[in-house]
Amino acid sequence: MKADDPNIKWIEEPQLGLTGRMYLPLIVQGLTTTTKHLFGPKVTVSFPEERPLIENPLIYRGVHRLNKDEQGRVKCVACFLCATACPAHCIDIIGVESPWPDREKYPESFTIDELRCIFCGMCEEACPVDAIELTSLFDLTGRSREEMIFDKEKLLSVYDQTKDAEPMPSVRLGITPAHRGMEGQH
Amino acid sequence: MMRLFLEATIKIAILIGGLMTAAAYLVLLERRVAAWVQDRRGPNRVGIPLTKISLFGLGQPLADGLKFIFKEEYTPAHVDRWLYTLAPLSILAAALATFAVIPFGSVIPPIGEGGPIPLVVAPGVDVGMVYVFALSSMAVYGVILGGWASNNKYSFLGGLRSSAQLIAYEIPLSLGILGVVLASGSLRLDTIIDQQAATGVWNILVQPLGFVVFMIAAFAESARLPFDLPEAEQELIGGYHTEYSGMRLLLYLIAEFLHMVTAAFLIAILFLGGWHLWGLTGSGDEITLFTAVLRIVVLTVKVLATIFFMMMVRWSWPRFRFDQLMSLAWKVMLPLGLVNLVAMAFVVEYRQWFAGTGTWAAVALGWVVLIGSSVGMALLAPLSSDNRPRSASEGAARQQIFS
Repeated sequence: MKADDPNIKWIEEPQLGLTGRMYLPLIVQGLTTTTKHLFGPKVTVSFPEERPLIENPLIYRGVHRLNKDEQGRVKCVACFLCATACPAHCIDIIGVESPWPDREKYPESFTIDELRCIFCGMCEEACPVDAIELTSLFDLTGRSREEMIFDKEKLLSVYDQTKDAEPMPSVRLGITPAHRGMEGQH
Repeated sequence: MMRLFLEATIKIAILIGGLMTAAAYLVLLERRVAAWVQDRRGPNRVGIPLTKISLFGLGQPLADGLKFIFKEEYTPAHVDRWLYTLAPLSILAAALATFAVIPFGSVIPPIGEGGPIPLVVAPGVDVGMVYVFALSSMAVYGVILGGWASNNKYSFLGGLRSSAQLIAYEIPLSLGILGVVLASGSLRLDTIIDQQAATGVWNILVQPLGFVVFMIAAFAESARLPFDLPEAEQELIGGYHTEYSGMRLLLYLIAEFLHMVTAAFLIAILFLGGWHLWGLTGSGDEITLFTAVLRIVVLTVKVLATIFFMMMVRWSWPRFRFDQLMSLAWKVMLPLGLVNLVAMAFVVEYRQWFAGTGTWAAVALGWVVLIGSSVGMALLAPLSSDNRPRSASEGAARQQIFS
């Protein structure tokens, strides 16, 4: 871009007044701002003692959980939609014939490699029965890679841990088993 | 003779121990202040090892020191080994030696036979201020040697900038002090304090312009923001100590903080009345142990307040550009220093007018000179020489010249 380019907008910059050119008043102004911040509120969250405020835990994307239905069974129907949607290929499902009459299949094993997961939430979006969800638990730690591969029991226990603070969509929206029975007939 | 030797040794031990500890804790203070100003909390976790007691992070300097000690003592292959090792040593030695003539209190009452013991390592040095200047100029050697020996263009640029800056600001620094020397008639630091204590009028009251000039020059001399061009991180990586690591870097960092402490001591002693505080510390040499301790405390508080101010300044204003730095030194600070000198010479020459209640006239004159000269400077010499193009035609003309 040349200096005489018509696209350049030339601006007459404001001239400094006498106080500005004396510089000392500006120094006082700068110090006042700094002093205000010195005693102002701090934004740091002292983490282990103090938990950060999560505005809406329902839309937070933390550790996964596998939801249970009213009878305490795993809600998943082993349709593999989440595994298909997962861009990180971190979900591994083994689906077998369901022992229950209301569905054809259920997951015999359901493992998520939390180290590979990128917490994008696409599994949650893909799930047709609201079985997999992301919770607001964010401080996920482990001492080995094996420990970070969550199996079905672990994922179900995350549900037990978070179900009161973050109810499933069906509970939130007040959908009863009767509704679902009707859906099943389609 | 033996007694004198013992006295000096004890004082040196106290001073060096105190200064090293102070430097370590100033790093912590610097980090905490930086955090507070930026709405953070700063390092507040490290306390007593192996317990959960955190003590506001007071263990942090220990942890930092251990980290530096356990780091690899690495010497890059392309450096000049001798100078590379010598540079941090020389800068630290000079920074520590400066404190030989700086009083860290008044006197303490006699122990056993002999007179009261002055709290200076080398009492009665008549050329005190000259000695301080000579040694603080030595800091330039450490910086230039480090920059040159590192054999790295960023280090070298940092060293060059630093030499130009430190030499330029020696002059306003000396001019700021000349006013004080004129008023007290001595180069001895303890005499300068005694004179302020005896009259009860601190130098900052009579010559605020001298204070401003000296303060700004002291900031530049200790390479603090807004004058930290020698090590401007954003421009020069780390400046002259880019190639340093481990203990040698630690020596540089300690020396840097010691320069800051020296500057704070000089500001407190020359302009803020040293250990004197009205109605609290008395003024003479006849003191009890209590007032002796009180004087040490007053001086320490003044020094700490000055250091805190320097840390606040760091986060208040942006760094000067190099040409602005130079024009500030030569076009603004130098004339202002001369104006202050002339005003002080006037006050000293006609001291019979300014005796007794006339002191207030001297104080008023000082402030009139401060305001008058800063207005004058604002009208005569704008701080920055602005050479950016103002319009399309000017920009195009410039581009033609450079293309």
